[in-house]
Amino acid sequence: MSAVLPVAAAERFDLAGFLAKAFLILAALALALFLVAPMAAIFMRAVQGREGEFVGLQHFAAYFATPALARSVWNSVWVSAAVVAITLPAAFVFAYALTRSRMRFKSALRLIALIPLLAPSLLPAISFIQWFGNQGAAKWLMGGVSVYGAPGIILSEVFNSFPHALMILITALALADGRLYEAADALGTRRLRRFFTITLPGCKYGLLSAATVVFSYTISDFGAPKVIGGNFNVLAVDVFKQVIGQHNFSIGAVVGLLLLVPSVVAFAIDWVVRRRLTANLTTRSVPFMPKHRPLFDNLMLAYCAAVCVLLLAVLGMAVYTSLIHLWPYNLSFTLKHYRFALIDGDTAPAFFNSLKMGAWTALIGTVFVFCTAYLLEKTRGLDPLRPALRLLALLSMAVPGLVLGLGYIMFFNHPANPINFLYQTMAILVASTVVHYYTSSHLTAVTALKSLDDEYEAVSASLKVPFYKTFWRVTVPVCLPAILEIARYYFVVSISTLSCVVFLYAPHTILAAVAIMNLDEAGEVGPASALASITVAASAAVCLVYAVLARLLITKTQGWRFNVEKA
Amino acid sequence: MAQGELVCFLGPSGCGKTTLLRIIAGLERQTAGRIVQNGRDISALPPASRDYGIVFQSYALFPNLTVAGNVGYGLVNRRLRRADVAARVADLLKLVGLPGFEAKYPSQLSGGQQQRVALARALATSPGLLLLDEPLSALDAIERLRLRGEIRSLQKKVGVTTIMVTHDQEEALSMADRVVVMSKGVLEQIGTPREIYEQPATPFVADFVGRVNVLEAVSLGAGRYQVGRLALRSTNGGSSNGSPEAGRRVRLYLRPEDWILQSDSLLCGRIDKIEFYGGHCLAELAIEELDGQRLSIGISLNQLNDLEIREGGELRFTLRADRIRVFES
Repeated sequence: MSAVLPVAAAERFDLAGFLAKAFLILAALALALFLVAPMAAIFMRAVQGREGEFVGLQHFAAYFATPALARSVWNSVWVSAAVVAITLPAAFVFAYALTRSRMRFKSALRLIALIPLLAPSLLPAISFIQWFGNQGAAKWLMGGVSVYGAPGIILSEVFNSFPHALMILITALALADGRLYEAADALGTRRLRRFFTITLPGCKYGLLSAATVVFSYTISDFGAPKVIGGNFNVLAVDVFKQVIGQHNFSIGAVVGLLLLVPSVVAFAIDWVVRRRLTANLTTRSVPFMPKHRPLFDNLMLAYCAAVCVLLLAVLGMAVYTSLIHLWPYNLSFTLKHYRFALIDGDTAPAFFNSLKMGAWTALIGTVFVFCTAYLLEKTRGLDPLRPALRLLALLSMAVPGLVLGLGYIMFFNHPANPINFLYQTMAILVASTVVHYYTSSHLTAVTALKSLDDEYEAVSASLKVPFYKTFWRVTVPVCLPAILEIARYYFVVSISTLSCVVFLYAPHTILAAVAIMNLDEAGEVGPASALASITVAASAAVCLVYAVLARLLITKTQGWRFNVEKA
Repeated sequence: MAQGELVCFLGPSGCGKTTLLRIIAGLERQTAGRIVQNGRDISALPPASRDYGIVFQSYALFPNLTVAGNVGYGLVNRRLRRADVAARVADLLKLVGLPGFEAKYPSQLSGGQQQRVALARALATSPGLLLLDEPLSALDAIERLRLRGEIRSLQKKVGVTTIMVTHDQEEALSMADRVVVMSKGVLEQIGTPREIYEQPATPFVADFVGRVNVLEAVSLGAGRYQVGRLALRSTNGGSSNGSPEAGRRVRLYLRPEDWILQSDSLLCGRIDKIEFYGGHCLAELAIEELDGQRLSIGISLNQLNDLEIREGGELRFTLRADRIRVFES
């Protein structure tokens, strides 16, 4: 080991490593700009006066001193609690039927139960007005109670939040360990006791998680209370009224921060719960196989069918309203509402804007989410930045859309902001939607990436192939199913989203959900229903196209996957 | 390391052998020290600027590329002509014993075949150094034994300098030119397999490589040691150069095979238990002269039959003084 030659600095330069770090910093900057900065703007605004001076908690005091406003806190809380109390048992029994019985038509029932995910949150509100409103088709069912206000909000939010709770509970119940049930049977345990000693404890984390998701969904939803809430004030509508109606940004910021509280609490609970949920099932667990029990299976089938009929009745009423002249006076068939909503009316560009925004969000969101997740999981260096970025990716779920949108106006509409040209463009709508739905997309990408061998990048480096080539030749093709899934998710959520974009649209970038709200406000229920129906149809069509495309692409490019079976 | 040598890093899991390998590969950064390859200090180089090929425990074959795509992965990047790449790939596959496997996907291959593809891929760019990270641990026992020999002869044929990480001592002893024994991040001993086995430098090495009997003893000076009522000589050295001064407490390390049958020996053991392993057995002896300390000795199946050794029987033998290693306790 005599003469050791030093290497030249040029050779020491690690181009691939440098690029990986540079891109990771860019991704962090983008999230800082589109998530952290707007949130910071809300915090600042809540403690600033009109001239930007620091006023401490004065706005908070003013808010709680106004009895009408303070009452909305209570209203929001009890309505959300009521929605949890109805949705949770309903979804639990449905999920139990799907996972623990051998009833027929499981997949069809499951598909119908997930339909509300495709609809804008305004749709059930419009539909329930048609059913139970002043001239409702089934008003007598309400027994004199007005649907406007709390009852309508609760009904609509049960419809909206049902599939969210259902998905979580299906996962929780599907994780059962069959061995526990066999042990219980061997000990001669009765069915009811088995349910309370094994089933319920086994999915308690799922129940907790579903409850918090439903609660925070309801308390931050803005569409349903806006349409069916009447004079019943809730926090989400307060934000809108303060900001759009009275241009009172400071009080708006205060309400926004209040809305953030339940979401953050829900997020924290969900985070803890999720970790336990996965730890629950070990690799040695045996999946639970339900036995054939005719009476139980048929009871479950009857229940699920009833729930599906109710869900379809809500959707069906919106479609029906869009296809007749005017309830209850002229019930003849017409397409004039579609004509008005899509061609003649002021809001005609809305649907096409939504499609355009959906496409951009799917494209940009998917590329950004997947590349960022890849850089986070598979490259090295910048170790202090990585946990921060991971946290941001998860935190976006904790910010309600309305609050995020509020932050965007405060940050991007600020005259001193050099990028305030973004305000009122399609770009800002896309950015806000990408950020708002970041967490689930990120988790999908991370799960897919984690299933890959950790050493692909090391192998490429040893073969002198830079990481980005391996990313393109190996990582992307292998993760294609997950990438398509992210794109589909982004498209579907962005064409029906309202709360996040309601502050950010301009007349030329008006979106379908906003147009539905405006049409409904103007009393144009027919066109509003038409637009809502066609949004659902578009989402359903995209899901169908996705299913077909995914199958085609996978059989074509992922031959290696199926080779396993042949070998 | 010498050119063309196969060196094994051997140690229990968590001893830092894989970390050392990854530092050599540039996948981790060392906190101190430097790495010199062919007279060049490569300590600060990124992995892509170093000259090595690597095979991981998981093989890390690209699942969506064919065998040819995997083996030629590093070649395509070198602006070679397509036909040249194909020819090189074919050569490599023939070398590792998988001719004609070009169009298959990794998921269609057995573990051992995948292992060879990974080896071919690592050798494709003719690296100056081949790194193998526990290359055989994911295989079943029979396949492992076969590949041991194959890798070794392939390595000799190609003449590539190789570092292999393993926790399997048998693998290390049978394949390596030299073995590096590590424990808890510390290098315990470097030597040929025979040196490691016959003259372990530390109690750890003696314990970790092969079976060993440990006897508590007191030094009598001049290479003599008192064990129970017995005085033993050792001429094989140990931790201290020369023999420890009289009165020191020491431990004597001796292998199960370090004994000679001698019918007039003073040493007589009662056979408590015989563990049968097939071609050989281990007998556990209680020896009165050792004050209750027990010895395990290896007995071949032939000896077992010829001498009619059985549980409860007695055996007269002497210990081989030239093999006993002494470490101060």
